[in-house]
Amino acid sequence: MGKKGIEIGVGLFVLLGLAALLFVALKAANLASFGQADSYTVTARFDNIGGLKARAPVRAAGVVVGRITGIQLDAKTFQGVVTMEIDRSYQFPKDSSAKILTAGLLGDQYVGLEAGGEVDNLAPGATIKQTQSAVVLENLIGQFLFNQAADAGSAAAPGPKP
Amino acid sequence: MGRLMGRLTGFVQGIGARVLASLQGLGHAALFFVGLMAVLPQSLRRFGLVVTQVYAIGNRSLVIILASGLAVGFVLALQMYYALVTYGAAESLGLVVNLSLVRELGPVVTALLFAGRAGTSLTAEIGLMKAGEQLAAMELMAIDPRARVLAPRFIAGAISMPLLAILFSAVGILGAWVVAVGLIGIDAGNFWSIQQNKVDIWRDVGNGVVKSMAFGVICTFVALYQGYETQATPEGVAHATTRTVVISSLAVLGMDFILTALMFSTP
Repeated sequence: MGKKGIEIGVGLFVLLGLAALLFVALKAANLASFGQADSYTVTARFDNIGGLKARAPVRAAGVVVGRITGIQLDAKTFQGVVTMEIDRSYQFPKDSSAKILTAGLLGDQYVGLEAGGEVDNLAPGATIKQTQSAVVLENLIGQFLFNQAADAGSAAAPGPKP
Repeated sequence: MGRLMGRLTGFVQGIGARVLASLQGLGHAALFFVGLMAVLPQSLRRFGLVVTQVYAIGNRSLVIILASGLAVGFVLALQMYYALVTYGAAESLGLVVNLSLVRELGPVVTALLFAGRAGTSLTAEIGLMKAGEQLAAMELMAIDPRARVLAPRFIAGAISMPLLAILFSAVGILGAWVVAVGLIGIDAGNFWSIQQNKVDIWRDVGNGVVKSMAFGVICTFVALYQGYETQATPEGVAHATTRTVVISSLAVLGMDFILTALMFSTP
């Protein structure tokens, strides 16, 4: 095989490898959804962030509008501070609320934004005031048992009174 | 009694000698590696040599890597389907195959195949050059054999291995697609969208590429070292090629464990 043939062969091999990398990156990984070049930062405080992780999506009406970039604990108020990047083409009113929801029954958790009614929009770096924490299963069970006990108590109480 | 003591001390002495010999071998290999690194810039200037070697090492391995990738993709899809369908999670077939390939099987299986195919050919070539005294002749002509012969092959191996590994993974995913969507009947849209959602480009694909680069360096270096240090006889070359495959494979598997523990320790 001549020298030119060898060089063409090697060039094709390298191109094939790069094409495979591109295929895996675009078609089989999350590179395509990473183009959040134009975005602004917003923070929100939660009493309990549940299983929220960095890079979880931020959705409004189920559509992905941004990503969580950081989660920290405020050492003074002991609340979880979640920092998120929202696409600049989506502007939310100042009184929008943020909830931590679960995708499906046992899926990953994400932040859901519900638009408020104010005229002014959230500025970059603003904090979302109204938040709802994640549902913690143990608290839910405790609440359920407490309600059960209360129902049983109020059902038994009217008995002795004729 | 004296004979027994003599045998015992001889045995312990033998162990000590073996340990010292292997330590010495390790040190010799390390110095060889440093020497090879020192002449790398020199051989990068004569890039034509590297290109020829990439053809010999990379292009010539394409058939076996692509065929194995396709086969592994087929088989993984089939086996994972039977495991997942009992939990009603058959839709995640693409994701499971993708992560298995991109994180682990792609780099490791490619490295093992590479060690067998390219490593043995490198060792045999260098060993026969040494047996035919070509390397000594080069030194007499004031050509550094490491720069002229070894370094281009090392660079070629280090370049080819990551490319082959990602090709293995890509072809494996395509093979799984053929089986999952074509044969089994899983929804094609779900197959790709679940992967696009859950596979992270840096954590999964990126770590896999880093692993394959490390394995490429290991396999190529072991092959070159064994070839260079072989005894200049046919049996010596045969032993050297065997040692190449065994040492490369063990080193790759050990390194894979260490790298996996480092890279994927946190969810």
